Amino acid sequence: MKAMNPMKLFGSVRPATKNKTITYLMVLIFFGISGILVQTGSVGSLFTGLLVPMCYYIIMAVSLNLTVGILGELSLGHAGFMCVGAYVGGIFSLLTKDAISQVWIRFPLAMLIGGLCAALMGILIGVPILRLRGDYLAIVTLAFGEIIRKVVQNIYIVSDKNGLHFSFVNTVNPASIDLATKEEILNGPMAVSGIPKDTTLWIAVLMVMITLFVIMNLVDSRSGRAIMAIRDNRIAAEATGISITRHKLIVFVTSSFFAGLAGVLYAHFSTITPVKFDYNMSILILVFVVLGGIGNIRGSVIAAVILYALPELLRGFQNYRMLIYAIVLIVMMLLNNNAKFIQFKAGLGRKLFHRKAKEAA
Amino acid sequence: MSYLEVTNIGISFGGLRAVDDFCLNIEKGQLYGLIGPNGAGKTTVFNLLTGVYQPDKGKVELDGVNLTGRSPVEINQNGIARTFQNIRLFNNLTVQDNVKAGLHNQNSYSVFEGILRLPRYRRQEQAMDKRAVELLKVFDLDQEKDTLASNLPYGKQRKLEIVRAMATHPKLLLLDEPAAGMNPNETAELMETIQFVRGHFDMTILLIEHDMKLVSGICEELTVLNFGSVLVQGNTGDVLNNPEVITAYLGD
Repeated sequence: MKAMNPMKLFGSVRPATKNKTITYLMVLIFFGISGILVQTGSVGSLFTGLLVPMCYYIIMAVSLNLTVGILGELSLGHAGFMCVGAYVGGIFSLLTKDAISQVWIRFPLAMLIGGLCAALMGILIGVPILRLRGDYLAIVTLAFGEIIRKVVQNIYIVSDKNGLHFSFVNTVNPASIDLATKEEILNGPMAVSGIPKDTTLWIAVLMVMITLFVIMNLVDSRSGRAIMAIRDNRIAAEATGISITRHKLIVFVTSSFFAGLAGVLYAHFSTITPVKFDYNMSILILVFVVLGGIGNIRGSVIAAVILYALPELLRGFQNYRMLIYAIVLIVMMLLNNNAKFIQFKAGLGRKLFHRKAKEAA
Repeated sequence: MSYLEVTNIGISFGGLRAVDDFCLNIEKGQLYGLIGPNGAGKTTVFNLLTGVYQPDKGKVELDGVNLTGRSPVEINQNGIARTFQNIRLFNNLTVQDNVKAGLHNQNSYSVFEGILRLPRYRRQEQAMDKRAVELLKVFDLDQEKDTLASNLPYGKQRKLEIVRAMATHPKLLLLDEPAAGMNPNETAELMETIQFVRGHFDMTILLIEHDMKLVSGICEELTVLNFGSVLVQGNTGDVLNNPEVITAYLGD
């Protein structure tokens, strides 16, 4: 019997499929090894604490890359969608934690509701700005992100035996509240307390995988092709019969859904305050996307992991921390545009691949 | 009743009447030329026909369907495909994906079927791949199917634009200066390609061109546009020898 040539076997797979498989494997291997290290106690608590945030930052970066890289529209309000997801999902869990005691029902529901509310926001913001492009779109999304944060910062919700009390002004009027059963749920700019800490590493990794699955398959399908056609040439896309409205909305909805999902993970992991979802967060995610390579999903994953972990791991350098961080950003930026480095990367991939093939033969 | 019937369309930009009372009748299977000096409004006519601009009066009908005032997407779905004077390809997509983008509306699997990789996705994607390669083969571009569109040489980019337009399964093909920037050899090849498209796909073609060799070589009828209105219409030979046309091009 003739031995199968592994090179050939791999060669018959579509390049897009191969690319996706590598990305999935990369994520699984990274978090698999990290998980084992955490279990065996070989890494410190600092690193352990970074793993879950890495997951939701990956989800944020990948979903933003859909808007910025695949559709080619600059969005500066991604944190706003995360904020919606975090608060809606978080409050849902807070209110139902007694009613639905099983985590495996409550948490997926929270993620779904948080994601859907963020997606709804995506439609609400998406429809009026469909005609905007470039800088104008960036300005509107930036304002939107800030508006969301400011609104959340001014919501006060208190529950008692009569139900929920809302206020936009200040702590809900105490006269109308039954003080014996009073429970503060949202207290404006203060942190929300009492959200069950349901986010575990494996759920977060699962969500990363789902996000990657949906977004990469979307990109590698009829709709994805249409979205990229719009990015490359809007006028030609229209003349080819591709509806711009429809595909822009698909992108806004998908992107904001996953940002909302990341928000839910966030809310069930650490404490949330409105200030966390400010302009800086949006820019941070954008930095992940840009440095990972615009339109490059795997790049976003890698950049999110490295750039999120770096400032935390550099805490030892104290005051020089942000200096080193800035230098790393600049070096990454230069390398990404350097023809020699790109060649080197490609060559490295080929070498590794050849060795594997030889070993297998 | 003609296949394409354009009656009295016009449009103004500010105070300028860019196109006025433009009429055009093309029969099925005809190869028709639209010529005129620079700035005569030829591309504006194309933009009116494809819905990029909305005519402020008049009517456009193709195969008995009224297309006046429709959006570019609807007009394409109703059978008009075009190429552009300055090439507009999807530069970061491969040659094959450019053609598959053209096949977009002939497939119907939904976003969810695409994400979940359901059987209809696989079936239609395979059919699309096959169809795209078939089309590329017809135009002798199948060797380059995995190349990025932006990396193709100029002549092939022009060709790919035609393939993409043909992929949308049009009834009428509009070519906006297909020979612009081509050397004589490439132009000769292009003439063959256009003739071939017409024969092979039984296509009706309207083209804008400045290259008189190409125009006199392949067009059966011509319309000459000058300052936004029709100067002369008729057989290619007659039109090109018309003293008014010569004056419009060369001056008194």
